[in-house]
Amino acid sequence: MRTMRHYFLVLVFFCCTAPHVHADDLLMVRTQQAFPEAMLALQTSIREHGYKVTRVQRIDIGLTGMGYKTDKYRVVFVGKPAEIQYLVNKYPALAAYMPPQISIFAEQGETVLVTANPMIYSEMIEDDADKILFRRWESDVYSVFDDIRAAED
Amino acid sequence: MSFLKINVIKSLFLLSILAFSLNVFSAPHGDELYGRYCSSCHGKDGKGGVGVPLALHSFINSVSDEYLVKTIRHGRPGRIMPAFLSLSDAQVSAIVGHVRGWSDAPAPAEDTTVVKGNAEHGEKLFASHCVQCHGEAGMGGKGTGVTFSRKRELPIIAPALNNTGFLAAASDVMIRDTITLGREGTPMTSMLVAGLSEEDIDDIVSYIRSFEKTAAELEQTLNGAGSESPVIIVDSPYGLDETVENLKQAITDQNFTLIRTDFLEHGLVEEGKENKKQVVLHFCNFGFLFQALSLDPRVGMFLPCRVTVVEKDGKVKISTINPKRLSKLFNNHELDEYCEEMYEAYITLLEDAIL
Ligand code: HEC
Ligand code: HEC
Repeated sequence: MRTMRHYFLVLVFFCCTAPHVHADDLLMVRTQQAFPEAMLALQTSIREHGYKVTRVQRIDIGLTGMGYKTDKYRVVFVGKPAEIQYLVNKYPALAAYMPPQISIFAEQGETVLVTANPMIYSEMIEDDADKILFRRWESDVYSVFDDIRAAED
Repeated sequence: MSFLKINVIKSLFLLSILAFSLNVFSAPHGDELYGRYCSSCHGKDGKGGVGVPLALHSFINSVSDEYLVKTIRHGRPGRIMPAFLSLSDAQVSAIVGHVRGWSDAPAPAEDTTVVKGNAEHGEKLFASHCVQCHGEAGMGGKGTGVTFSRKRELPIIAPALNNTGFLAAASDVMIRDTITLGREGTPMTSMLVAGLSEEDIDDIVSYIRSFEKTAAELEQTLNGAGSESPVIIVDSPYGLDETVENLKQAITDQNFTLIRTDFLEHGLVEEGKENKKQVVLHFCNFGFLFQALSLDPRVGMFLPCRVTVVEKDGKVKISTINPKRLSKLFNNHELDEYCEEMYEAYITLLEDAIL
């Protein structure tokens, strides 16, 4: 029995910890769609996944004047109200990253989207039960990015 | 312990094994995995974009499956290419299978024969024949390819050789063969044709092997950045409003432009219903922004700069992201200096605000 329990614990340990330690830090997708179509696909998919787009921020104002090669760069802020409120209230340190953001920019006729893996926020919170939330966000980001790749065909 | 209890534990045990193996072995479809994890940089069809083109016959026909597996696992620390540690072995080999599909010859077997040469002589040859592309001490060509300013038609950027990921993946024989044959279709030409002897090439291989120590140090720096806290957070001795006013002043004093002040819950809840105790200040310095985006457009994700003020239970906390953590996040050495500068700016800002 002892060894059985030992194995069980080792297994539980392995299942729960391995993915946390090694989360891929950045999530990225490139689509052959032009910027406006990619932006539309992004916002549609975000809403379909039950999230709200809270703001679309231009960050390229003033940049084209400096010789910057694209005027198509936006940061899209995304979240579910109840989750963001809950998290920021419980963990003020998370506020600096909330609501999470996805950047989207045109590159050579294609469009690139990139976001931090929500799993990195796990480092900032103590309660394991809350970390599950980030795991779900992560899988939602993957799913949104899958939609964007699917939309290009 | 009762029989029932043992049975419950037993079935839990089996269930967890099942769950675990499903997690690991489900869906190792190489094309899908490649699409999800690699195509954003290397291109859907492996023809490149960011990073070297994987579909090129001169590349894929010349490297072993082991080389590909190790490259995926180690990544190229500080050179954009991430280390894929969360993928299962089955997933990695499915990806390798997909990449291998672009070759038109069987995969070469891994040959771990040690190449012996004179590293000192190799260093001289490296300086005369390789530095112009692979950089001082093999640090890699400038620019990562993740940039707008770089046209796709431009030559492929020479990879870093002074890199733990490369050194761990490449065998001596692979390095020797690459130098000897070059890679047709890329700026990497055959050094035999360029006039070096086989002996010269062995010397260069020995020199490249000697990078191991500096490469490890570089990776250490990166890992140090990775263990930085993701946030900088300080307590303010002032009330919320006063803290926000102080920050506005500090932002101007630091030559930043204040773009906007709003509630963290802006857009999240109905206008007017936001939590007034959570305020975000957005600010920017266009010169800085331009510089950062030219290095790596992905950093736009954390721009414009933001500082957040939150009051909870009467205590006011100011927080920003920690730029030092970002060089690890973006896995881009070229951002290090910028992140350091950004970090200093944030610290000064916060210090000014709570003075
Ligand atoms: C004109 C620029 C240029 C010069 C000169 C050059 N290289 Fe390269 N090298 C490249 C490029 C570009 C690649 C990537 C090729 C590709 O896309 O596969 C490369 C690839 C390599 C690789 C394989 C790296 C990897 O990650 O797979 C090795 C090893 C290498 N070069 C060694 C050398 C050595 C040693 C010399 C000098 C004797 C040299 N190169 C000279 C441009 C150059
Ligand atoms: C974020 C961009 C990015 C992603 C995602 C990425 N790579 Fe890379 N990869 C690069 C860059 C950049 C290099 C070249 C590093 C250098 O210049 O030093 C590279 C190098 C490589 C090499 C070495 C090629 C050579 O010439 O030796 C292989 C193999 C490779 N990547 C395979 C993959 C696979 C497979 C995946 C998906 C599991 C992947 N990469 C995901 C950017 C990326």
